[in-house]
Amino acid sequence: MEKASNVDQLIEQFKTLPGGLLPLLHAVKHELGCVPDSVVGPIGKGFNLSRAEVHGVISFYHDFNTHPVGHHTVQICRAEACQSMGSRHIESHAKQSLGIDYGETTADGLITLEPVYCLGNCACSPSVRIDDDIHARVDQTRFDQLITELTTPNSETSGVSS
Amino acid sequence: MRMQIFIPQDTTALALGADKVSSLVAKGAESRGLHADIIRNGSRGMFWLEPLVEVQTKSGRIAFGPVNTSDVDSVLDALQASLDGKVLIDHALYLGEVKQIEYLAKQQRLTFKRSGIADPACITSYQRLQGFVGLTKALSMTGQDIVDELKNSGLRGRGGAAFPAGIKWQTVLDTAGEQKYIVCNADEGDSGTFADRLLMESDPYQLIEGMTIAGLAVGANQGYIYLRSEYPVAHKILNIAIERATDAGFLGANVCNSGKDFFLEVRLGAGAYICGEETSLLESLEGKRGMVRAKPPLPAIEGLFGKPTVVNNVLTLGAVASILEQGSDIYKNFGMGRSRGTLAVQLAGNVKRGGLIELAFGVTLREVVEDFGCGTLSGRPIRAIQMGGPLGAFLPKSQWDTPLDYEAFSAIKAMIGHGGIVVFDDTVDMAAQARFAMEFCVIESCGKCTPCRIGSVRGVEVIDRIVANEDRDNNLILLHDLCDTMELGSLCAMGGMTPFPVRSALTYFEEDFGISSRGDH
Repeated sequence: MEKASNVDQLIEQFKTLPGGLLPLLHAVKHELGCVPDSVVGPIGKGFNLSRAEVHGVISFYHDFNTHPVGHHTVQICRAEACQSMGSRHIESHAKQSLGIDYGETTADGLITLEPVYCLGNCACSPSVRIDDDIHARVDQTRFDQLITELTTPNSETSGVSS
Repeated sequence: MRMQIFIPQDTTALALGADKVSSLVAKGAESRGLHADIIRNGSRGMFWLEPLVEVQTKSGRIAFGPVNTSDVDSVLDALQASLDGKVLIDHALYLGEVKQIEYLAKQQRLTFKRSGIADPACITSYQRLQGFVGLTKALSMTGQDIVDELKNSGLRGRGGAAFPAGIKWQTVLDTAGEQKYIVCNADEGDSGTFADRLLMESDPYQLIEGMTIAGLAVGANQGYIYLRSEYPVAHKILNIAIERATDAGFLGANVCNSGKDFFLEVRLGAGAYICGEETSLLESLEGKRGMVRAKPPLPAIEGLFGKPTVVNNVLTLGAVASILEQGSDIYKNFGMGRSRGTLAVQLAGNVKRGGLIELAFGVTLREVVEDFGCGTLSGRPIRAIQMGGPLGAFLPKSQWDTPLDYEAFSAIKAMIGHGGIVVFDDTVDMAAQARFAMEFCVIESCGKCTPCRIGSVRGVEVIDRIVANEDRDNNLILLHDLCDTMELGSLCAMGGMTPFPVRSALTYFEEDFGISSRGDH
């Protein structure tokens, strides 16, 4: 219930901001980890929009997932620069080694796998983003190393020294 | 005197481990008794050398790179030995004086002249490097004078469409309205591009200055930077810079005691490529689905919230600051034909030396890729080059001598776009790339117009049938027909230009589609 009242506060905070719906949805996602259906009604009320309009905005953007995701989000860049450096292999390796497809979460709830289209790191492809950290020149070995760092907390590996 | 060590904090340097390098340098310097200050600068854009560690010495700023965590000890040892008179040149990663590095020395940096020199958030460093000189000049000019200066520079929009910036500003200036807006398009979604990101992460005040000048020119008091959410580092740095510029009186109410206001805010996108299209971006800024608007009305007349709005790319607005600072005559002396000034080329993909290369228009693609890029990283021959992002054509070897000039590129049915170059070696499957171009359009189409929304779905299917040799001849005719429909019937460049990569792949790399030779199907 505390979370619901936080969302109400956020609606109050953003409803008078010009074009405030996207900033609000980012804030809701930050607060709840997703933008669940339950917030559509209250947001519509606060912003004087129909449920359909609010749903339309949420469903338009890749960032606004409506269901909870894993503890970490792993995004693999699928765009051309990364393709030229073999990202297709990283994609299939990731899906196979994690046992999930894009948009799915590992059974332990730790990792959600997503595609992304360009991280602006195209001179050092392939790129992978894990939460807010971007990693360059990721091959299969490096990918496995990054996943190991997520699955074994506090393991301080030597990183890119290889 | 304390030693000054510079370690970049831009996305690419961080992605290559710059934070770990920085903390190891700090620890190592302390344990050696070296009195060192570590400054987290922006990047020079020589990404193949990142993390590039620079040191201020009596004889200039010298560099080591790429410095991985395992190299830190030996670099510090070399620095310590140099204090006793030993020459640094003995170290394998020693690159000499930064500005003498050929990759940098051969460039003509106007917009990126400050990139990588200082801590990007340090406003006094920005001022020391001629920052806010353009703004100071603009404050003593009329709006029309500023617009005339921009027109004289010949600056064209760097986002991809290359529309003359001065004419756009003139329209906004001439349109009556109490409320006008300056919107910076920082939704840099094209693969192979990172110049906007580099500018925002390495020299954010230049963008702030350019937007403020735009506000003064057309009479707008509110600006928005629409930034893609894939750029968390730029987001952080921009917000710090805006706060500091406001505190220092360069932004907000009464800019530099001029009596004029300019407020600036960063708004995050939410992972939609189409929002890089200006009308879709405006819809998104208004809090709506990023659906493309039909033009007219032009955003310059009815833009954000229906008000007259300047929408310019990060690099366009960045260039404004240097044009005002140095004068439009200097800027327009660079370039060729109607492409004036410099182009921030972004060399990416399978390339040995990728990075940001700012050069006057007119250099050929081959010079950039061979002289700067030094070939592929894989060591294999280059087969295709995609210029201008996912909507740009794939160029075969016979077209690499085309000069980088907007008109020269459109003459070969290609585009410079935002200046991104993606290099592919001979392992590339061009049928797969053509299919991806259609697939990307399926994923990212806003859905408003049918040729784009449905055409791209059918495009994927038709390419699959061609590759599988199902009624290939008729499906090839169908694909060209479909491409015509998308080109001629789409509302914006998303559907209208997706055929460019598809058709160029078909024309120049037909063997990848299973077409052995013409007439032999």
